Amino acid sequence: MGVRRVLRHSAWICWKDLLEFSRSKLRLVMLVLMPLFMMMMVGFIFPTGSTISHTPVALANQDVAVNGISLGGDLVSNLTDANNKTGMMDLRVAAGFDDIKTMIQDGKVSGGVIVPPNFTADMLAGRQGYITLMTDQSNPQTSAMIQSVLTKLIEQLGSRVAEDNLNQTYNVSGLEAKAVLMPYSVQIRGIVPGNPNYFEFVAPGIMAMVVMMSLMTGLPHAISYEKDMGTLDGMLVAPTSRWAIILGKVLAQSTRGMIQGFIILLMAVLLFGVVIHGSILLVILLILLTVFSFVGLGILITSFADKEETATMVMMTLMFPMMFLSGVFFPVQQMPSYMQTLAGFLPLTYAASAMRKVMVLGAGVQAITPEIIILAVFGIVLLTVAVPMFKRAMNR
Amino acid sequence: MSDMAISTNNLTKKFGDFTAVDHVSFGVKKAEIFGLLGPNGAGKSTAIRMLSTLSIPTEGSATVAGFDVQKEDGKVREHIGLVSEKMIMYDELTARENLKLFGNLYDIPSDVLAKRIDKLLSFVRMEKWADHRIDTFSTGMKQRINVIRALVNQPEILFLDEPTLGLDPQSTAEIRELIRRINIENNTTMVLTTHMMGEADMLCNRIGIMDHGKIVALDTSANLKRSISGNDATLFEFEIPNLDTSILSSVESLKSVSSVVRHDATHIKVSSVGNDSFDTLVDALRKNGAQIRTVKNLEPTLEDVFLHITGHEVREEASKAPEPVRRGGPGGWRPNRRVR
Repeated sequence: MGVRRVLRHSAWICWKDLLEFSRSKLRLVMLVLMPLFMMMMVGFIFPTGSTISHTPVALANQDVAVNGISLGGDLVSNLTDANNKTGMMDLRVAAGFDDIKTMIQDGKVSGGVIVPPNFTADMLAGRQGYITLMTDQSNPQTSAMIQSVLTKLIEQLGSRVAEDNLNQTYNVSGLEAKAVLMPYSVQIRGIVPGNPNYFEFVAPGIMAMVVMMSLMTGLPHAISYEKDMGTLDGMLVAPTSRWAIILGKVLAQSTRGMIQGFIILLMAVLLFGVVIHGSILLVILLILLTVFSFVGLGILITSFADKEETATMVMMTLMFPMMFLSGVFFPVQQMPSYMQTLAGFLPLTYAASAMRKVMVLGAGVQAITPEIIILAVFGIVLLTVAVPMFKRAMNR
Repeated sequence: MSDMAISTNNLTKKFGDFTAVDHVSFGVKKAEIFGLLGPNGAGKSTAIRMLSTLSIPTEGSATVAGFDVQKEDGKVREHIGLVSEKMIMYDELTARENLKLFGNLYDIPSDVLAKRIDKLLSFVRMEKWADHRIDTFSTGMKQRINVIRALVNQPEILFLDEPTLGLDPQSTAEIRELIRRINIENNTTMVLTTHMMGEADMLCNRIGIMDHGKIVALDTSANLKRSISGNDATLFEFEIPNLDTSILSSVESLKSVSSVVRHDATHIKVSSVGNDSFDTLVDALRKNGAQIRTVKNLEPTLEDVFLHITGHEVREEASKAPEPVRRGGPGGWRPNRRVR
């Protein structure tokens, strides 16, 4: 059977599948809504960076003034001023430890700051002034953020006091004082312009994932559904190669996946301010490669699952670990090492990483060559296993 | 062999331990309508699936349109059409789109295909509905499209698996008429499976009766019926409102009677031998006080043939099946005899 004939037949089957798909308005709406929801969900639910905003924090100033000097009061007013500029916290006045404890338990505040009674006395006597931060252990993420924000803020205030002291005592200028106190200064600079943004991290991965999902859910569904309905017999009884049938289905499902992928790309750029730094052509090639690496898996599930229901269950079981392990939502590097090893076996890991490198970092072909090779090998190996399986399943 | 469209040789299909089709050998002549008659699970559909290359035989071989179903399955496919029990159509596509898709899978040039689709649609008077979606059609309309869909490649051989299953009486009649027209106008050889005796009787030139994976009898409908009635046995059905056991046993004890089957509370079927058998029967009944309301002189039906050969009814719901009251004597109509 000629290759051209197989291609022609597969084009007709693809035409049929897409035509069928387009006949339902609801399906077309969902085609657009699904990626939109996905982007909104992952973009807004997951904590974006380490910033907090208007988080209620209790502030207890128990400092006792010495000779009319209240360094605790200075600290509190400086803290309040600095916070008013950023709006990170909503500071609430509290009496002390027990008061803040009750407030945290009641859920009224997420943390607290206590300036102890001997704060001024200690500092005037040449000792360090201690400040206590109270945290809400039931919410580790917010606690960690409040902790880092407050620590940083108080350190900044502290070094400003130190600068003033140096300035007054030794008569050194403000800049020199800064250089004495903090000899190192860190500047942050990305390799591409702009600030890091969670959407930029997540959009390339979601594109790869949507392409994977449409193949892994769409392909077994499309074939086992037709098997259940009996319509597959119509194609099998025609002088059509089995390959034309599977290829036609793959084409139709890939088209769907790619349409969704591009909707994500478009939304990421237009709605979520993602800037694509790499070549669009390379992105398209990567999507095609992702399709290739998942086709085998899709066919394999199709061959194993005799009924549509079975196919759906198998695919769900495989898809969820893939979604979460592949670094689409959380960077693989932050996972425990055994999970990283596991992620190494999933093609989606490489698809997402390559897509991210190209889109976010503007990488060229050389930079993603390892990923390209691995994806191609995945595709070839899976197809080699899937092809005989599928042939056997079709001839029952 | 050249007048044979299909021939099978010990065709067998096993699913694990279960043998669905058990060493079946038969031939289908060109341009005839051949019926495979049998209850659900007899192996009719499996046989059709093997002949239409959808299922690989476990054992044996079959030639369809001159090609081996295993070695030359591609060639076989070019010459056959299949009307399956499940309709092979996409509900959300129009009639024309469905026909177009399948026509293209047979590599029919598009201009030829377009003309052929119009012709097929007018053949079943569906031209007006050509561009309407299948899911807007009635079951009868759907089945008409389903049948012409299988004709899109102008097959020499058409397989029809329970083509009237689930249709209302009017659509059933329509589809049967359509099958006959296709057979006459195109000389299409047809293999039809059915569990309906009447359908097989009405449509088929020859009938193969299938039971438990085997063809237990194969002949024309007339010959099959003749084979069970014998030369002189006659079948009567009496309606007796006051039927009771004493009346029954009086009939059974008659020498001329070979078998008695009680259908329900008031009906019995009696097979008897001899020229004066009817008189003898009526005399015996009257003497025992039976009030005879109606009498029918029955021609044996395919149902009787099936019962005679397999010993059970075609339909699985055998609760209303006639209960053999007595095993018949020699040469008579005996329900439980198996014929080789």
